Amino acid sequence: MINAPAILLTVHLGIKSLLLHKLRSALTMLGIIFGVCSVIAMLAIGEGGSYEAQQAIKKLGSNNIIIRSIKPSESNVVGSSGRSRISDYGLTYSDAGRLQATLVGAQHVLPMRIIRDSVRFNRFVVPSQIIGTHPTYASITGLEIFRGRFLTQNDETHIDNVCVMTVSLANQLFPFQDALDEEVRVGMDYYRVVGLVREKSSMDKRPGASAPDSGRALDNNLYIPLSCARSRFGEILFRRSAGSFEAERVQLHQITVQMTDTDAIEPAVPDIEAMLRKFHTRKDYEVIVPLQLLRQAEQTKRIFNVVLGSIAAISLLVGGIGIMNIMLATVTERTREIGVRRALGARKKDIITQFLVETVVLSLGGGLIGVAVGVLVPMIVSYFADMKTIITFSSLALAFGISGLTGIIFGIYPARRAANLSPIEALRHE
Amino acid sequence: MSRSPIIRLEGLEKTYDLGAIKVHALRGVSLDIQAGSYVAIMGPSGSGKSTMLNLLGCLDRPSGGRYFLGGEDVSQMDDDELSAVRGKRLGFIFQSYNLIDQLTVIENIHVPLFYQGRDINECYDHCVNLAKLVGLGNRLHHRPKELSGGQQQRVAIARSLVNDPLMILADEPTGNLDSATGTEILTLLDKLNGEGKTIVLVTHGEEVAERAHRVLHMKDGVIDHEIHQRTLQHVVEELEHDTVEEPPAP
Repeated sequence: MINAPAILLTVHLGIKSLLLHKLRSALTMLGIIFGVCSVIAMLAIGEGGSYEAQQAIKKLGSNNIIIRSIKPSESNVVGSSGRSRISDYGLTYSDAGRLQATLVGAQHVLPMRIIRDSVRFNRFVVPSQIIGTHPTYASITGLEIFRGRFLTQNDETHIDNVCVMTVSLANQLFPFQDALDEEVRVGMDYYRVVGLVREKSSMDKRPGASAPDSGRALDNNLYIPLSCARSRFGEILFRRSAGSFEAERVQLHQITVQMTDTDAIEPAVPDIEAMLRKFHTRKDYEVIVPLQLLRQAEQTKRIFNVVLGSIAAISLLVGGIGIMNIMLATVTERTREIGVRRALGARKKDIITQFLVETVVLSLGGGLIGVAVGVLVPMIVSYFADMKTIITFSSLALAFGISGLTGIIFGIYPARRAANLSPIEALRHE
Repeated sequence: MSRSPIIRLEGLEKTYDLGAIKVHALRGVSLDIQAGSYVAIMGPSGSGKSTMLNLLGCLDRPSGGRYFLGGEDVSQMDDDELSAVRGKRLGFIFQSYNLIDQLTVIENIHVPLFYQGRDINECYDHCVNLAKLVGLGNRLHHRPKELSGGQQQRVAIARSLVNDPLMILADEPTGNLDSATGTEILTLLDKLNGEGKTIVLVTHGEEVAERAHRVLHMKDGVIDHEIHQRTLQHVVEELEHDTVEEPPAP
């Protein structure tokens, strides 16, 4: 008896009844609107955050193990007065050699020296990172050769004063001319520009630390052969800060080990640590495994999603209770109408349908508005808080679906209560 | 030759169990109502006339006895079946009109057909004709709140006719109306009865009951006495049918 047009008519009637109390219906919907909106917004922000973290980790290379020099904490205590001192720490050339020679599953071992200095051309001075490294750097980190070439083994063996720079650095040093084959000055030495590259990934970026302002300076990279970095800059690097010298003796700042495949990473990590422990009296290095970070990020995301899910469930629960409350009040208020309908031939089923449809219309309406607002909120967050947000279609469908489900679940009780009223009692109700 | 009754009550009883005490609202009522008759039920409050109305209207089930409506035993039907009987065979007119506020006149008239799964578009003309019959052809799309009491009761009458019922049950149809409007409504009911509709009316008012052919006076859950009022129209009708009924002993 209840066919498609009858349902449409019931929906139409439901909307009519709801419009009879516009303010009440709107306020009831508000609960669902906030519920749905918060689900979508939170999922979008969560999704965006974890995406950023994962991107940052992926940039490090999921096949790579990164070993970094870190200043041991003891050296900070020594000589905090104005006099100059030399702190001696970090990875050594022999560490790199040993890793290359002994580590099972290592495809490439890429040593790096990272020196902060200014690059000059004519009157242009740009503070940059000078990275002394091997030719394999380009392939391991996925550098895109824009023009010219990257460093070669020849440059390395001949200790040639050549350099490759990022396009952004070239744009600042050579705003009016071609950078290729020009010579730039770093310290007291001149280097010939042989290539321009675009950084797809930044080896120096830590996962998560991806604020755009710090990224800009890091993009000013100048690559020179490692042998050059060793001979031209020497072992001791000076840094002037606030009237005092700071000098440190660091051979290598970072060693990136590219493994043959992902499975080789897990067993290699303890080997690397055991080897380094043997040759370093202090813990002046750290081992970073992007794959592990990635897994951690995924784990974090999972926990995050559970938390979000609970919050969403609670807010929708509250909204649903609001709906139920109003529908119970409506049933009481419309008892006489229910009696009349029953007298005119409505079965219990018809009354249940009528009230259930009203509840579902209410909650789906709230859901629809909630989706609209929920799409806006992440956009506003992105705009003002400078956070990446990702609205997935599944989150919209989920939130909307749950709102409909809420309507049905919390509508059943009032609807059944309405249907089970005795027609005589209902007709007599004032 | 007597016409077969559309309503036959056989020893109808209704007992309300209020826990400590049992209230015998009806104590065995037997009654035949012929098609086309106009019956008024009167009686003081507590006499059982409301219970009678509820049972006649299939809104409740009797505790004992049998009730045949149009030859069908409806006394032991379940809830859904009773709904169907109400929707197909009965028309209701209430004291307080009981129109549905959010619906227009035409939609209100259509409600009983809606519950029989009939779309408003397919029976729109029928509903409009009924609205015209009760003199509301120009008020089709008004809401009940925009109509006077008398007009609302006219809509209710049109609604009670829409399913072409065996019997129209009216519960104090003029109770909320002033006497002039009340008379209009009663005249309308007379007219409907003249067209062959069976009407059962529950009332307190003598002047309302005067229009009926039979007046049943109830007292303590039984029909105390019955008065036959042979209106001119009634006589003419009986002559036309060439059958003269012997009134049952009061």
